[in-house]
Amino acid sequence: MAIDTIFKDEASQEKGERARMASFVGAMAIADLVKTTLGPKGMDKILQSTGRGREVTVTNDGATILKSLHIDNPAAKVLVDISKVQDDEVGDGTTSVVVLAGELLREAEKLVAAKIHPMTIISGYRMAAECARNVLLQKVVDNKADADKFRSDLMNIAMTTLSSKILSQDKEHFASLAVDAVMRLKGSTNLEAIQIIKKPGGSLKDSFLDEGFILDKKIGIGQPKRIENAKILVANTAMDTDKVKIYGARVRVDSMAKVAEIEGAEKEKMREKVQKIIGHGINCFVNRQLIYNFPEELFADAGILAIEHADFDGIERLALVTGGEIASTFDNPESVKLGQCDLIEEIMIGEDKLIHFSGVAMGQACTIVLRGASHHVLDEAERSLHDALCVLSQTVNDSRVLLGGGWPEMVMAKETDELARKTPGKKSLAIEAFSRALLAIPTIIADNAGLDSAELISQLRAEHQSEGCTAGIDVISGSVGDMAARGICEAFKVKQAVLLSATEAAEMILRVDEIISCAPRRREDRM
Amino acid sequence: MALAFDEFGRPFIILKEQEQKSRLRGLDAQKANISAGKAVARILRTSLGPKGMDKMLQSPDGDVIITNDGATILEQMDVDNQIAKLMVELSRSQDYEIGDGTTGVVVMAGALLEQAERLLERGIHPIRVAEGYEMASRIAVDHLENIAKKFEFGPTDLEPLIQTCMTTLSSKIVNRCKRSLAEIAVKAVLAVADLERKDVNLDLIKVEGKVGGKLEDTELIYGIVVDKDMSHPQMPKRIEDAKIAILTCPFEPPKPKTKHKVDIDTVEKFQTLRKQEQQYFDDMVQKCKDVGATLVICQWGFDDEANHLLMHRNLPAVRWVGGVELELIAIATGGRIVPRFQELSPEKLGKAGVVREKSFGTTKDRMLYIEHCANSRAVTIFTRGGNKMIIEETKRSLHDALCVARNLIRNNSIVYGGGSAEISCSIAVEAAADRYPGVEQYAIRAFGDALEAIPMALAENSGLQPIETLSAVKSQQIKDNNPNFGIDCNDVGTNDMREQNVFETLIGKQQQILLATQVVKMILKIDDVISPSEF
Repeated sequence: MAIDTIFKDEASQEKGERARMASFVGAMAIADLVKTTLGPKGMDKILQSTGRGREVTVTNDGATILKSLHIDNPAAKVLVDISKVQDDEVGDGTTSVVVLAGELLREAEKLVAAKIHPMTIISGYRMAAECARNVLLQKVVDNKADADKFRSDLMNIAMTTLSSKILSQDKEHFASLAVDAVMRLKGSTNLEAIQIIKKPGGSLKDSFLDEGFILDKKIGIGQPKRIENAKILVANTAMDTDKVKIYGARVRVDSMAKVAEIEGAEKEKMREKVQKIIGHGINCFVNRQLIYNFPEELFADAGILAIEHADFDGIERLALVTGGEIASTFDNPESVKLGQCDLIEEIMIGEDKLIHFSGVAMGQACTIVLRGASHHVLDEAERSLHDALCVLSQTVNDSRVLLGGGWPEMVMAKETDELARKTPGKKSLAIEAFSRALLAIPTIIADNAGLDSAELISQLRAEHQSEGCTAGIDVISGSVGDMAARGICEAFKVKQAVLLSATEAAEMILRVDEIISCAPRRREDRM
Repeated sequence: MALAFDEFGRPFIILKEQEQKSRLRGLDAQKANISAGKAVARILRTSLGPKGMDKMLQSPDGDVIITNDGATILEQMDVDNQIAKLMVELSRSQDYEIGDGTTGVVVMAGALLEQAERLLERGIHPIRVAEGYEMASRIAVDHLENIAKKFEFGPTDLEPLIQTCMTTLSSKIVNRCKRSLAEIAVKAVLAVADLERKDVNLDLIKVEGKVGGKLEDTELIYGIVVDKDMSHPQMPKRIEDAKIAILTCPFEPPKPKTKHKVDIDTVEKFQTLRKQEQQYFDDMVQKCKDVGATLVICQWGFDDEANHLLMHRNLPAVRWVGGVELELIAIATGGRIVPRFQELSPEKLGKAGVVREKSFGTTKDRMLYIEHCANSRAVTIFTRGGNKMIIEETKRSLHDALCVARNLIRNNSIVYGGGSAEISCSIAVEAAADRYPGVEQYAIRAFGDALEAIPMALAENSGLQPIETLSAVKSQQIKDNNPNFGIDCNDVGTNDMREQNVFETLIGKQQQILLATQVVKMILKIDDVISPSEF
């Protein structure tokens, strides 16, 4: 009975150097995969799903790419996970965080090959990350007090974020859309209040921000198409048959006449319900569930606009926007808060009819209508805009801002390099490696833009020797430029999250010296 | 052997022949078992100590776990060998009993097995070896008792407790902020501890995690955090001086358990039923309102109508709260769990200072904080971190730290860590060995050698010369007659563990030695392994 039978049949075990190699290789492969999407001149990826229809997604968003990959390497999964968390937490920087973690591991691999213990590397990385964070904290600019400046900061951040996406052509247009939308939120990070509607057709430039609320639904037939000073009742109630909910109740009759009677009673019940609803003094009724023809007809008779089957999000948003409450019972009309808006009308976007609520009581919500040539473009535009909105809403809360274009990386790299010189012991090698990994990001940005990265980086480094330097890579003109003058900004929160989670992930992978994979769970073939 | 004869001389088969069963006997069986046990120990050996490495485990579903906790590694490993399974059990029982030292106990058992193998080769009977180990373990445990220090702490002087928790945490990935985590763990344990009875119910400490943020944002909340939100989006997000009704009945029409049918055959019946139904919802909500509740927490779901009625009567509510959480809320707020609306009464309501909903990140994750409760003896540790694996590992590490703090409250004896206790025991055992006549002497001496495996592994993992360091420390201990010298894993510059503030609990150490010895004894006594063949 040999020793290697302690595991089940298909389980595998990798140890020591081999394990470390496997995780380094996996992590770097992932980083290399998304590397080319970094920066304003980054390229997109086509993803084809294995599901039915072989749907195609074209994207530049790191989190989206990584989410759709089927990965077997455990270390790679760690990187996918940090990118996902970055997406959930700050919304942007999903590619950078993976690339930085990959670079950190690449440097670590060299150090391990030079016989430095992973624990030493980790402690060096920790010191370096702490130092880098501190230097960022010193260099941040906070313009919260000055409203105009703050707005221009936000514009800059939005433009910087969008410049690496498909929207870069119309980035000013979209940046102002995003900033307007986020400013309306007044500091809340609840992005649900911003609705994005995608309608194919037209060009990206035709996208617009609407101050009101647009519901992608049709108005019932024979009902008014335009209501001024609308009183809206938002409801979540059954308007089909309104079943008896008591368990076990059923209708059992013995003659056709009785069936008719019961049916009549049911109808009567519905009529009563509709009367009650009308009794609220409303002229618009929005329901989450279906409205059958019969009640719809009753509403039409009363001259009330009835909208059925608005989905759950739509209802919540509408309630938020109009300030009404979502009602499910209608017995005491006097205490139900009705939503209000100045005008409800049916509008056309492209070919489709939508319902537009304008002049709403609460100005927080708004709708962004995206137009574009195809679904793929629209999907990608939505993702890009979502990134921008996330970053902006986070920045509104934490208004510290940094310059972009590789400037923060240069600053951090310089500082960590200095720390390395001051630190005695083997740790200094790790700190130095950290600084090199940081430099990799501007290098990749330059490479992706087809520029001479070695030349540019060395120029930048020389510039950064002087105090208070604001130089970074200007990808558009292909040279080193003043980032402050060009208005390229990034949010501090994003950079900090990139730095910390990339270091954490690299540290975690470095600590591993053994990988044990269980036998994959068998699935019955459904062929 | 497999063939026996009955009283008529007819042969019958006790054990089916070789093609059905694989079978190992005698010394072969022992050797195979020992080598399996050693293999498991070898996997864990590199995880020991502050510089120990982590293991990456991939579950059958492809999820990744990165951990350093012995019990978790073994639990997730797909082990097939019977003896290896025993080792897994060993680590698990250490986890249940003590909560910490799950790696150490397996490494120790591995070392004992290794020593036993040598003795077996010299022709010593396994039972004699087992007996010798038993004697030696008794000596070691008694010796630990002698070198243990009582240490005093009070509600005001938490420092010693924090130091001990820090020792536990320093071997985990979270050691970057071990200080703050140790403080959190100690405060949490003290909050729920019953210092007079020296008892701590760890069930009262809930460890919740949410990805995002950083490790430093981990906080201790004197109250409960529930991963739920208000049932209706427009309910208030913050309630002060909440009176909480804790219900286990749904806001839904009644569902009698007996099978029944309500037949509707006339219009009148239809209408009365409808009225009843409406009345029913109204009554439910009204009852909650009448007893003065300002928040309803329910284990089950709400009907749309009921939900609106609650909202309408200005009674915020939370639905689908799990059973365990419900109990914790009941304990924390001093309320009673009410199974029927009829039984609601004002004195059964729980009280909490503030209940608020907090949202995270850019997704719509929301959590409900219930704080400033009537009875503060239920706390939540809320961990944050860069990714899912860090959160999971933090939770496991905190669990270890909590267990250590609990053990100290139960029994405030400590021994010094860093392998010093093992070295000291080893010296004591070896000195005692000479006094035993008979073959057991060899086994006792072997036990002493096996004890050195832990400091050896510590030194190895810290990148020190294992044999050199160990012998230096050992001679120092004998020379100064001071059991506080251990392995200087962090390169601090001193070997004195008292100065380094590295403690471990006495019962943890004793338990390690006892459990490891027991398992090894069990393995040694096996002389026949019969396992069904694969197919």
